[in-house]
Amino acid sequence: MGNVPSAVKHCLSYQQLLREHLWIGDSVAGALDPAQESSQLSGLPEYVKIVEVGPRDGLQNEKVIVPTDKKIEFINQLSQTGLSVIEVTSFVSSRWIPQMADHTEVMKGIRQYPGIRYPVLTPNLQGFHRAVAAGATEISVFGAASESFSKKNINCSIEESMERFEEVVKSARHMNIPARGYVSCALGCPCEGSVTPQKVTEVSKRLYGMGCYEISLGDTIGVGTPGSMKKLLESVMKEIPPRALAVHCHDTYGQALANILTALQMGINVVDSAVSGLGGCPYAKGASGNVATEDLIYMLNGLGLNTGVNLYKVMEAGDFICKAVNKTTNSKVAQASFSA
Amino acid sequence: MATVRRVSTSSAGTFPKRVKIVEVGPRDGLQNEKNIVPTATKIKLIDMLSEAGLPVVEATSFVSPKWVPQMADHAEVLKGIQKFPGINYPVLTPNFKGYQAAVAAGAKEVAIFGAASELFTRKNINCSIDESLQRFDEILKAAQAASIPVRGYVSCVLGCPYEGKISPAKVAEVAKKLYSMGCYEISLGDTIGVGTPGIMRDMLSAVMHEVPVAALAVHCHDTYGQALANTLMALQMGVSVVDSSVAGLGGCPYAQGASGNLATEDLVYMLTGLGVHTGVNLQKLLEAGAFICQALNRKTSSKVAQATCKL
Repeated sequence: MGNVPSAVKHCLSYQQLLREHLWIGDSVAGALDPAQESSQLSGLPEYVKIVEVGPRDGLQNEKVIVPTDKKIEFINQLSQTGLSVIEVTSFVSSRWIPQMADHTEVMKGIRQYPGIRYPVLTPNLQGFHRAVAAGATEISVFGAASESFSKKNINCSIEESMERFEEVVKSARHMNIPARGYVSCALGCPCEGSVTPQKVTEVSKRLYGMGCYEISLGDTIGVGTPGSMKKLLESVMKEIPPRALAVHCHDTYGQALANILTALQMGINVVDSAVSGLGGCPYAKGASGNVATEDLIYMLNGLGLNTGVNLYKVMEAGDFICKAVNKTTNSKVAQASFSA
Repeated sequence: MATVRRVSTSSAGTFPKRVKIVEVGPRDGLQNEKNIVPTATKIKLIDMLSEAGLPVVEATSFVSPKWVPQMADHAEVLKGIQKFPGINYPVLTPNFKGYQAAVAAGAKEVAIFGAASELFTRKNINCSIDESLQRFDEILKAAQAASIPVRGYVSCVLGCPYEGKISPAKVAEVAKKLYSMGCYEISLGDTIGVGTPGIMRDMLSAVMHEVPVAALAVHCHDTYGQALANTLMALQMGVSVVDSSVAGLGGCPYAQGASGNLATEDLVYMLTGLGVHTGVNLQKLLEAGAFICQALNRKTSSKVAQATCKL
């Protein structure tokens, strides 16, 4: 704006500036100052649960295979940030996803802090049993709202996948293990293009009905915009209570935070994200992947919403994993804060 | 888990039917880029942006090359570009001398700027906010006499690199002054990108008491990745003019390595998805972005461009 000033070096250091804005650092319930309370948008949830998917969704889309000990260290660091849910790994065949080949070692190797949940993906009964044997106490299943995507991704129709998941979720419930359901392509499909909210609702309802406690609606290729997000949620919320819904937005077209804001305004209070915005997009070479946890926390803190997460500690974990995958962070907050 | 209150969905869904995008890449974008771009390249960029259908393209700044070497060729650029009918090409005029040079070079619209922070103004141009606005009196009088519209910018509306927090009341005061001095539109700039949607809403609520929403624009920087969410909030409040920069050009002089303006491509993507009319051809816009990034030897900051380019 205007001319580039000559007195840049005299301005506040970034750390100082951000601390003063009160939305960096510890997010403590009830510790809002009056100015921030007044800035809280009316109608937004007071608390937002962040589901950290970096170690799974993030890493599985990274080319560089991260050694097991680094994955474990990464997850242990995340456990110290205040995050209450960290998706650890995927019990999928290493033939499909080489990055997740060490699922058992990772699951056994991480420190499981009390009060933190460590769900793992289990695409089928075999994966489920392995996960439980390795110490998993929460699992997720992954459906899609597009037939073509389902066939291409897991080589079966939506209906067949639902039957598979019924088995898994039934076994999980039998063992008192909570199951989370994902619906991919909720706002668009790389094969089919547009996806109707009705189809997403149908699949979500199916997963919720079989016993998934929470349904995460995924904009897998990041094509959604606030308008399509609103239409989707209006449809799904007719069948599933908002408290059982989450949004999982990819930032492929830079729309993630705007879409998340829309979801918050509609009453959703569970948001998936990945530290450093890990993960590319297998459908658009060079494109970015998940929304960055740091940028999400920054927005939530600024809105005066409680997350329980310490942004500085998340940035440190982000710095660690970026070095491990040998790439620069996709988080704008991290880019702005770790300046030389 | 806290109970979730029922929320009305109406706030999530009301938007203006049309949004005017003010493309500031050639000025705000380029002036924050390290590599100096040749005049011919600047002219070609602006012509490509005109072809893309942008209704306003901020062409250059009539500032001394001592301060902003990138803008040294301001007169040549303004004279050299194709002036498409129906498209405005405002230029920044930091003082009366610059204004006169701009008019001599054919400028038909100019822009002046104030800040919502006393310290920022003091550090930048060594005077108070009031004094800085007084300096523009001359320009406004002359512009009025010549029927040249003047746009007013307010910097630091959501935070200042020197003062930290900025009160919405202060922003409203400065915006009101510029509007009453004769600026037809006030562009509210989150100069260092620290704002978040709640702060944007508070600021706009205060400003809208003093300046009609039709005369307001938002100018969000994406330093912390908040630009599009902040812009969305502004649209929900009724703002229908948004500044952005092709390819998200421009860094941030306050945070080395940080990103700068909101990328026009990403903004157009969102508005198109919302069914809001912009008049912009995204494909041609992407071409303009690819062109300038190649000239600057840098990667685009637009996510839409990253997703659609073929590697």
